Order: sequence, then structure tokens, then C-alpha cells
Amino acid sequence: MKNKDRVFKTSAISIVYLWLFLFALCPLLCILIFSFLQHDADHFYLWKFTLDNYRTLFTLPYLKVFWRSLQLSFWVTIICLILGYPFAYFLTKLSDRIKPLMALFVVIPFWTSSLLRSFAIITVIQANGILNTILLHLHIIHVPLQLLYTNIAVLIGLVYNLLPFVILPLFANMEKLDVRLLEAAQDLGANKVVIFFRIILPLTRSGIFSAVLLTFLPAMTLFYIPDLLGGAKSLLLGNLIQIQFLTARNWPMGSAVGLSLTVLMSLLLWYYFRSTPKNQREAL
Amino acid sequence: MQDNIIEIKNLCKSFQHHPVLSDINLTVKRSEFLTLLGPSGCGKTTLLRLLSGFETPDSGEIYIAGQNMANVVANQRHVNTVFQSYALFPHMTVFENVAFGLRCQKIPREQINERVMQSLEKVHLKNFAKRKPSQLSGGQQQRVAIARAVVNEPYVLLLDEPMSALDYRLRKKMQIELKALQRELGITFILVTHDQEEALSMADRVAVMEHGVITQLGTPREVYEEPANISVANFIGEANFLETQILEATPDKLKVAIEGKVIELPNPRNINKQQEVVTLVRPEDLKVWGLTEVDATDKMYFAEVQEVIYKGSTVGLIVKLDSGTELLASEFFDEDDAVLEYKIGEQVWVEWYPGWEVVLVNQELEDEEDDEE
Repeated sequence: MKNKDRVFKTSAISIVYLWLFLFALCPLLCILIFSFLQHDADHFYLWKFTLDNYRTLFTLPYLKVFWRSLQLSFWVTIICLILGYPFAYFLTKLSDRIKPLMALFVVIPFWTSSLLRSFAIITVIQANGILNTILLHLHIIHVPLQLLYTNIAVLIGLVYNLLPFVILPLFANMEKLDVRLLEAAQDLGANKVVIFFRIILPLTRSGIFSAVLLTFLPAMTLFYIPDLLGGAKSLLLGNLIQIQFLTARNWPMGSAVGLSLTVLMSLLLWYYFRSTPKNQREAL
Repeated sequence: MQDNIIEIKNLCKSFQHHPVLSDINLTVKRSEFLTLLGPSGCGKTTLLRLLSGFETPDSGEIYIAGQNMANVVANQRHVNTVFQSYALFPHMTVFENVAFGLRCQKIPREQINERVMQSLEKVHLKNFAKRKPSQLSGGQQQRVAIARAVVNEPYVLLLDEPMSALDYRLRKKMQIELKALQRELGITFILVTHDQEEALSMADRVAVMEHGVITQLGTPREVYEEPANISVANFIGEANFLETQILEATPDKLKVAIEGKVIELPNPRNINKQQEVVTLVRPEDLKVWGLTEVDATDKMYFAEVQEVIYKGSTVGLIVKLDSGTELLASEFFDEDDAVLEYKIGEQVWVEWYPGWEVVLVNQELEDEEDDEE
């Protein structure tokens, strides 16, 4: 019996490790190795060690893309937080009856392909689209807004796609917030502003961090949104990777860009773990 | 300076058309230790929340230090609360927790340091200032909660069942400390509890509450020895209720029949002959004698021991009278009875010290029984 138990345990754990090895560690290792190999026009790569890919990474055109992507991601994240944070907070204040329904409304868009939804945005913001029609009718504007194929359009598309990833972790985090702490703060003479900045904000820090992780990096890699809404004018990291792998067929270079993203992610995580006490960490 | 720090007038509160407090009138004196005692759901916590400003009354008025609280929100009342769950801020150190109220008042930094350390010293936690609440035991967390409240020097400190999460021994210790702290600070304390022993041992006055009304307000001695009615007597301490028939009633004396014996009792409550009454006798006022120990047994009741419960300092007995009525008796070890030995089935004589009984009007007992059904 005991023996059987152990066999089961061992095999169950082995499957998990095998899975992680095959589908997480192996691809990552491949990328790591590719990124140190030479590019070859006929084959995808040449089996020769080089640091050229990383050297190219630090040249001006690449750094520009990095910088633009970081900037855009930064604003997307900020806007998502400004919109999502109060939304998540009010969601927790709803009665238990309608709360699950409202949370469901946040999730429903996931059931449609994000590519499809991005096409839908085009019909909303194009020159003779819904948004302009309404604004013209209300006499708020007199000339249609030229939104499509601008950075603003990319921003709108990314915010729209990533907003649920901000709302849901924040909602989960805020649900755990003890209202008695807010009462205690009030009892000690704190006004609403003090309660927000000294109690609510610090206690939802881990939720904010989860939200940032789930928006900041994906915002750089959702390549089809800049493609569709930005009219391929604004090249982002995601597009760069896609182009390297699929168009230029330069796997080593694509790998180097991809790996740099992974490093960025690791840095963010490292910062989070260093700055958050163990008991306040959120499972990410 | 007035003597009354809190005045509550005709206070009513209901939740979803269900009355929780009806027509509460209460004054609390400066530097008084008042406990609100009652079973869960009696409205005592709601009364506390109305005082702290977390609830607004449907009607009636609350005055704190002479000021009407009708338009004063919770964060502007000079009242602080020690919450049942302590509600310490988990992301702040002990020091920051205690300093929170003072920082909200924008008090200069040096003064904050001084006052926080003083109040931490009062609760013996001076060396714990840099810890987080999660690094403290339950008892220590409670001390922080107390320090965090008293550091603001409120007019009134409200305590919502603060000891309920502590184990028995720690609870006893904290009761004594809290009482000493209250005496030292001279702040009015209002403590909510359902533990009658806690209420009696700590308070200057006890307000006994039931179904949203204060059924009795008095010193611990008054509510225990002179309960206003049967439900108060029942809730505080253990009680024997004896069926009583009034044969004659004068302003001074009652001639009554209890369990087949006619006896005369004093009549301090001016009970008349038409009223239905019961007689309350506390277990410790019952005296149990062995058959051979006494001679004059004409005023005693014959009974049989049903159960013997050894409690260390006392021995509890359940005795059954001839009529079938069971009584609780509590016997103390003293120089007369160094050894209290009773056997189950042993026959005994039972009496009580005359005048220690309380004759109560029977109205509530009937209500009570209705409720239990």
C-alpha cells in the first residue's frame, strides 16, 4: 500500500516537472542558445557562437524601439490603473447578488478573440465610425477626429485589451481588504484622503503589482494591435520579435529581443519579492 | 465641567424595519467604567457603534461632553474604539499604529514620539515598537489596540468585547490591567460584553440589555443582588426560581407559600396580593445540611442529592425537593465544613438565609418561556 502510494506521488510530481521541463525550460533554453548563434540567410541560424545579436540590441534603432515600447507600456499601465482601480473598488462594494454578475461582464470579452475585438475598435474610431458620428451629432466636434493609425489608437486598443487584467487581480485583492481597518482608521480621526493613501493603497499594493505585471509586459508584445490600429507605423518590441522570426527569418536576433523581455520581467519580479514582506505577497 | 460625559436621550435604531434599540436613555459619568451586558443580538454593539459614529440613529440624541453628535462624523468625535478583532493596521509597525491617530491630528513629530512611547510603556510594550502586528501574540496585539486608542486621550474609550479572543487566564489578567489603566488615566470606559463575570468584576455600573432595551442599570452588586426582573436575574449568575403563592401582603411583610411551606418574607418591593411572583434564591445562598447535622428542621426543605459537581473552591450540588423541583446549591469550604462530602442519593435538609431571597414579579418568566419555545 505504502509502496503504491509512493509510486503515485512520484509519478504525479514527475508529470508536473516533465511538463515544466518540456514546455517552459526547454523553449527558454532554446531561445537562450539561439540568441548566441549567428544569423544565416539560408538557414535559420548558424551553429557558431557570437555576441553580435546583443551588440545589435544596443544600437540606436533598437534602443529607440525599446524606449518607445517602454513609454507606451508605461502609459497603458497608468491609464489601466486609473480606470481599473476605482472600478475594482466599486465592484467590491456591490451587494453579493450583483457582484458575480458584474465580474462576469468584465470577463465576457475574453470569450471573443482579441484580434476580432481589435477590428471592432477600428469601426468605432475610424473617421466615419461610431464615435465620430455621435460626437458630430452632439456638436461636440465639427471635424471628424483622426484617431485611427495614430499612437492614440494603439493606446486605446491596448488599454481596452488589458483592462480586465488590471481589474481582476485588483478586485481579488480588494475583496480581502478588511473593512474594519477602514473603520479603525476613521475612528482614529482619519479623513477619506488619509484612509485612501495610508490604508487602502498600501494594503492593495500587491494587487497593484500583479496588475502591473499583467499589463506592462503584454502591452509591449501584443504586436497585432499596433499593426491594426497603428497602421504598422509604430514599431514595438512585439512587432520587432515577430518581424525577426517571421519576416526577416533571423531567429538569433528575435531570440535576443525576446530574452531581453524575459530579463525585464525577472527584474520586476525580483524587485517585487525584495520589497514585499513574505506574508503580504500575492501568488502571481 | 459637567459630571455627565455622555447623555443619550430616547435613542432608537432599527435595521430593515427590525428594531434593534428602542428608546434608550442613558447617562454616563465622567471617569466612569460602564459595561453594557447582554446576550448577543441585544443591541449593545449597535449602541456602541452609534456612540462612535459608525451608525446614525433613527431618532433620539447623543451628547458627548455636552455637544450634540447628530452632525458629527466618526472621525471628528473625541471617542476611540478598541475593536473586537483589534483591527491593527498590518502594514504598519506597532509605533506607526499607535501614532496614527496623532498624525491625523497633525501633532508635531517630537510630541508624537513622546506620547506614543508613553502609552506603549503603559501597556508594557515599549520594546515592541518596531515590530509588525503579525509578530505579536493575541494579548500583545490587544495591548497595542488599547495603546492606539488611549494615546489620543479621548473623552470616552469604547471597548467592543475586547477580551473575547483571549484564553481564560490571559483574559483575567487583562481585566485587572484594564481596570487599573482606566483608574490611572481617568478616561470614561464603556465596555461591551456578554460575559457577566467580566461585567461584574470590572464595572462601576452595569447596564443590562435585552431585546434593545436597558432592563437594569446599577452597580454590579445591585444587578446581582437586587435584579430588577427575572430575565436580569437569569442572565446574571445562576439562579433558582421557586414557585410562590402570596397568602397575605402588607407594605412590610409577605406571607407566602413556597413548596408547601408557609413562610414570612420582608416586602421591600411593595408587592401586592394580586401579583404573580417567584422567589429567587442564588445557589450560594442555599445551605445544605446532613440529616444528623440539624435539629430544628421546621423551616427547612427535605431533599435528595442528585448530582455532585466538584469545582475546586466550591462544591456544586443539584438537589431535588419532594415536589420534584430541582435546585442548584453551591457550598464553600470553611471552618465548619472543611470536608464537603455528599453522595448521590443522600438525603439532606435545605434552607436559605432568610432575607437573602428576592421576590420577583412573574411577568417575564412567562415571556422567557415563550421565547424559548
